[in-house]
Amino acid sequence: MLIVKSPVEKTIKLENNIILLKVYAPEISSTIKPGQFLNILVSDSYSPLLRRPFSVCDIEGDFIFLMFNILGEGTKILAQKLKGETINILGPLGHGFNIEGDYNTAVIVAGGLGAAPFPYFVRALPKNKKNISFVGGKNSNDVITYGLNNISVSTDDGTMGYKGTVIGLLNENLELLKKDKIKIFACGPNPMLKALKEFTIINKFECEISIESAMACGFGICQGCPVESTNTKDKYSLVCKDGPVFNVKDIVL
Amino acid sequence: MNKVDLSVNVGSLKLRNPILLASGTVGYGNEMSEFIDLNKIGGIVTKSLSLKPRKGNPPQRVVETSAGMLNSIGLANVGVEVFLKEKIPFLKNYDVPLICNIAASSIEEYVECTKILTGEETIKAFEINVSCPNVKEGGLQFGNDLNAVGEITEKVKACTNKPVIIKLSPNVSYISEFAKVVKQEGGDAVSAINTLVGTSFNIFSKRPKLFNVTGGLSGPAIKPVALAKVLEIKRSVEIPIIGIGGIMNWKDVIEFMIVGSSAIQIGTANFINPKIADEIIKDLENYCSTNGIERISELTGSYII
Repeated sequence: MLIVKSPVEKTIKLENNIILLKVYAPEISSTIKPGQFLNILVSDSYSPLLRRPFSVCDIEGDFIFLMFNILGEGTKILAQKLKGETINILGPLGHGFNIEGDYNTAVIVAGGLGAAPFPYFVRALPKNKKNISFVGGKNSNDVITYGLNNISVSTDDGTMGYKGTVIGLLNENLELLKKDKIKIFACGPNPMLKALKEFTIINKFECEISIESAMACGFGICQGCPVESTNTKDKYSLVCKDGPVFNVKDIVL
Repeated sequence: MNKVDLSVNVGSLKLRNPILLASGTVGYGNEMSEFIDLNKIGGIVTKSLSLKPRKGNPPQRVVETSAGMLNSIGLANVGVEVFLKEKIPFLKNYDVPLICNIAASSIEEYVECTKILTGEETIKAFEINVSCPNVKEGGLQFGNDLNAVGEITEKVKACTNKPVIIKLSPNVSYISEFAKVVKQEGGDAVSAINTLVGTSFNIFSKRPKLFNVTGGLSGPAIKPVALAKVLEIKRSVEIPIIGIGGIMNWKDVIEFMIVGSSAIQIGTANFINPKIADEIIKDLENYCSTNGIERISELTGSYII
């Protein structure tokens, strides 16, 4: 865990108001694993006061990329950063995806901005693993495919790709998925993850998910990010320390 | 640069400097040790400990507000037994005064926890969190009841010879009345203030953001309130005060000492910058040195009104 002040290299506006922030952070880029996250202080002012958690979207040498859309005060400030201005990064934090293991194809399932951690994930996959992506959104504006390969798309309103949920799309492709030795890696809104959990249990697919939570510190002291564990009723797991990536079987969604 | 004496006394408790890390913002020390040398800190106050482990509240537990945050963790903790067995060994590696914070739902539980912990030599003092619901009295907070605060102070004092600090709630009309009771019943010091009760709602769903509906407000938003409460106590009772409430930098520390604090605690700021205690200690040394202050303890209660 490090605290570094990292200069912004550039701000890239993607389609659909999605922003990519390129930041010089060699200490982070050289150590972070896919699915780990950073807790970022966007300014020294008291408003906003706390850090904000972000997954690392991609890495290019000494640079890291963050992907976000402007939701509140923090992301607004971040989006307006000019080249050379700094952001204060705490990280790498938490446990990332287990990309090694006994499978042939990584099946990425992403809903909306849940696609953020996967460009780096794809880059970091061992050479002997293939990858395919199922990307869902409410409508075509919500579909983010940046940095992904072999993509199938679903939208709730049918404005792009398969009409229905991304789980519906997975079910459409069930035969194909069952022919291969796959492991599912997912990130997205809670209802999607809930449906995905059921889907993976029914079909006996290995699955890891990255989940979001409100949090203050990001490293286990504030206890602000509990998630119910299926392994013990006596205590919660913490998203920041025990996650944000969990085996889908280990948590109650 | 002249050598500056940063040491302070809180009653009989001697600290190498006035910077303590507040309960609930330092865990049991191990996470923070990755960022700072605990041996340099004035002291650490553990997460509230109860007799049995507590799971705490379901999510959402924290929400950011203007210059502050609300939390309703629900006293999640490992319980005194696990604390002694699994957390104390790590803390023994450090030469840092350890203050155990105790939370309970009955007066008997406060007493029981203190009895179990008092034999552990690593523990140098107790801080009693009275902002807990009294289960026998229908869930009213001990901290709002003068008699209960008096009885807790008396009974906890009776079962330990270590200093007992009562952490006072600001959610009362006159905090100084509570400090008076603590002094009367033999308490060694008070820490002030615990969090202020607050809430935050989603304007679209019309639902509270916290599962528990209300939570405790902390951060720089509460500093002026905390300063006023410390001053109120200082002007009406002679008892050592540990100031707490939105301290973000060395200037805040000085301000808290001027209004009457012997030492202070850093809370929410640890979440934002886990190295902050270390930075503040260096800044305090620098401030004292450039302003000809030989002993930082001179500042306590040095206000001019």
